[in-house]
Amino acid sequence: MLPELGQLALILALLLAALQALLPLFGAQRGIDAWMRVARPAAFGQLLFVALAFGILMHAFVVHDFSVAYVARNYNSLLPIGYCIAAVWGAHEGSLLLWILILALWTGAVARFSKSLPLPVIARVLGVMGLVSVGFLLFTLLTSNPFARLLPMPPEGADLNPLLQDPGLIMHPPILYSGYVGTTVAFAFAIAALFDGKVDARWVRWSRPWTNVAWALLTIGIALGSWWAYYELGWGGWWFWDPVENASFMPWLACTALLHSQAVTEKRGSFRGWTLLLAIAAFSLSLLGTFLVRSGVITSVHSFAADPARGLFILVFLGIVIGGSLLLYALRAPRDDDGAPFAFASRETLILANNLLLTTACAMVLIGTLFPLFADAMKLGRYSVGPPYFGSMFFLLMAPLVLLLPFGPLTRWQKEQASLPIKLLLPWLIVALIGGGVAFVAMPNAPWKYAAGIAIGLWLAFGTLRFVRRRLAMTGQRFTAEMLGMTFAHVGVAVFFFGILLTEATSVEKDVAVVPGQQVEAGDYTFRFDGVQRATGPNYLSDRGSVSVSRGDRRIAVLHPEKRRYEAGGQIMTETAIDPALNRDLYVALGEPIDARGGWALRVYVKPWVRCIWLGALLMALGGFTTSLDRRFRRNAEVG
Amino acid sequence: MKRIVFALLMCCVVSLAFAMQPQPVAPNVYRNPAEETRFHALASSLRCVMCQNESLADSQAPIAHDLRREILELMRQGKSDAQIREFLVARYGEFVLYKPRIEPATWLLWFGPLALFVAGGVTVAFIVHRRAMRLDAQAQAPESPIESSEDW
Amino acid sequence: MLRRLLPLIIFVALGGLLFAGIQLSRHEDPGALPSPLIGKPAPAFALPELLAPDKIVRNSDLAGAPYVLNVWGSWCVNCQEEHPVITALAARGIVKVVGYNYHEVEPGDAPRWLAQFGNPYALILSDVDGRTALDWGIYGAPESFLVDARGIVRWKHVGPLTDEIIAHELMPLLPAKKVSP
Repeated sequence: MLPELGQLALILALLLAALQALLPLFGAQRGIDAWMRVARPAAFGQLLFVALAFGILMHAFVVHDFSVAYVARNYNSLLPIGYCIAAVWGAHEGSLLLWILILALWTGAVARFSKSLPLPVIARVLGVMGLVSVGFLLFTLLTSNPFARLLPMPPEGADLNPLLQDPGLIMHPPILYSGYVGTTVAFAFAIAALFDGKVDARWVRWSRPWTNVAWALLTIGIALGSWWAYYELGWGGWWFWDPVENASFMPWLACTALLHSQAVTEKRGSFRGWTLLLAIAAFSLSLLGTFLVRSGVITSVHSFAADPARGLFILVFLGIVIGGSLLLYALRAPRDDDGAPFAFASRETLILANNLLLTTACAMVLIGTLFPLFADAMKLGRYSVGPPYFGSMFFLLMAPLVLLLPFGPLTRWQKEQASLPIKLLLPWLIVALIGGGVAFVAMPNAPWKYAAGIAIGLWLAFGTLRFVRRRLAMTGQRFTAEMLGMTFAHVGVAVFFFGILLTEATSVEKDVAVVPGQQVEAGDYTFRFDGVQRATGPNYLSDRGSVSVSRGDRRIAVLHPEKRRYEAGGQIMTETAIDPALNRDLYVALGEPIDARGGWALRVYVKPWVRCIWLGALLMALGGFTTSLDRRFRRNAEVG
Repeated sequence: MKRIVFALLMCCVVSLAFAMQPQPVAPNVYRNPAEETRFHALASSLRCVMCQNESLADSQAPIAHDLRREILELMRQGKSDAQIREFLVARYGEFVLYKPRIEPATWLLWFGPLALFVAGGVTVAFIVHRRAMRLDAQAQAPESPIESSEDW
Repeated sequence: MLRRLLPLIIFVALGGLLFAGIQLSRHEDPGALPSPLIGKPAPAFALPELLAPDKIVRNSDLAGAPYVLNVWGSWCVNCQEEHPVITALAARGIVKVVGYNYHEVEPGDAPRWLAQFGNPYALILSDVDGRTALDWGIYGAPESFLVDARGIVRWKHVGPLTDEIIAHELMPLLPAKKVSP
């Protein structure tokens, strides 16, 4: 009975979303207040019913209702109760419902925290968000109904994908989706502005805090995914340039460019067209990501949910939404980009360069991800594009960005004496180069990467702090939340690159066959393999290894890597064991048993500074959140 | 991230189907660190032909074990990296290379981003030039304060 | 105006590509690698026969008539599925069907499997360590090749064979006259 109510709730949500979209949008065009006022209540109503549907689905998992096909395919009674949460978004249908819920939440938030917005603006913004909701709800109801029944009801369900039976992966989809969906807000503001015909600083000021929060959530979501892949997949990798990962990285790059462009448009009135286009692009790339991972179009995304019919639906949806927006842009974008003029030496130029590099990087990732498809379709052959391509291209594009980054905050708008920021930063550039030089000489392996990591980290961190010092020294001038946010984010970039380059330069990996009692040396550490014992978990059997790690005479840790065999589906998973620290991770994974005498293949890694990668990302996200709190965004709308 | 999960699970399941019996899968033993480094670099730049988004270095599929063994042997026979790659491409196709070779079919891939960057750079230069001209035309004094009330 | 239409144009091109992608994924198995051996001579091999391990079979022994090389193993689940189709193909007598037993761990497994499911093969090559399979570009089972009378590889299929695939892809490549098995 309840699942049918869930389905009904979704239908009602769809109707409310349609109401939320159509009446306010038409009302704003015609100036009919009553229609525009429908937006907020409709938004709250939609949220109510979506939340209800989601709750019903979760309830179906909690009570093990295997008559619901989705529950039967993704859950069984052996699973620990906590995983019923992860199971809700463990596969296609449920994750779509999660997306819809998060979209409804964002819509509700916009409806709630928009008192200072004029009625036509909020009507259009909520209206556009409503259109997106309609699309997703239709898609769900027509092709991916989570409440479809499975009759006759099976006595037991299939296992939840063991890779998902993990706390890290419980958090990753909601946070990542929050970021993806957050780009809808910037998009809605952009479309609203295009409909309105007035594209000015005000609408950018309104959309900036929302964009910053969305970007921060997207950053955390991607970082979580990377961290999860690192400890779950067992080979010490944290980024594979896999199409799924690229699908999340592209909106992030576009959103980063958008953030910076919005700052220019808000403060100087310039680049309105670019800001609009980037807002459309960030959202479009989020939708494109949704398409890529659910349609089976990309070869490595070889999932069992691949379904051409679904892919077609999303493609049509994409066509309408993105095509429509870009058409609107072509017709209504500001005629003359006539913001304030600026000199070559100015922050405007630097931000233009920044955006050029970020959008080129985004385009590069898109080209690399879709090239195999392109080559296949044009009968050019079967190609594969992987980390060697993406890594080298990304490095090339980021190099100039890294060099220019500290100059931005120290360069004034419109016109700056080029010698001033150069004078302020040159000492720190020299410090960074010296640091790099020392590192180069000190390090026997991979000296270039090591030196680069040190130099880049020093340059970005000190360069950013130079601004802070200068600003704080200016008596009578405020140090705003926006500045603090920028500081966190740019220092975060420093930590991020430092972590990546140093870990790549200095990681040690040993893949060896060992017998109990045997030792493996890696870096300064000694890993002693103490054999493997059988153990039992709630829904799996495991071979639990024991590895003691010591450094010199000191015992550091005892690690327990496992090889688990899940009973319901028979899948075998590797559970790595990690001893984490900021300055190094000790990482151990079991391979296969070699022979009957207790010999096993063992993989041992020492990964210095790898945690800095995610720490850097967290700092960046903190920056985004901090900026969104700036007082400037809470100023009441100014006249004109 | 979800689909990398599924893809890798598929890989594990498929590997399982292909390897019902545990085969002796001892890791390679290297003669010296230089050999290990070279092997690792080479194997990381090649794609596992079965588990299609893992490198040959990381994949646990039986074919990956075989190929790794073969590559090590070819290395010891004195073949260069390029020759080893050619060996694999002749048998498995271009797909096995993670980094496509630069040839007319892949120009879009290798030069596309560059072309975009150049086009974008020209556009940026044009915009900056035009705005700077306009600024000069307004005959502003070089040290004049910022027009708007924004100070940062 | 063109500058403002540019994003839309790019998007339409992208949409076209993605649509082509969907159509492609309907028809082919995206995971199967096309073989670079098509049109080239079959790799030279010298493998023992599964059921008569003292006897070594070489390419030259198989020249003169086309044959289908079917890669299988007792560990391979899909091979069981495909087996009736192979048996039917062999029974038609149009082309010789040669088995290629791949990656078998225990010596007794393959003969036991054949005893259980039947042996349709004219002869069976045994490749335990997989070394020769690398030369063929084999990466799993089941896989099937067609090698013509002159020893040139004409066709490869990854995955289980079905009557449909045999009818649409294999039959057109075979000579019309019957060849004795």
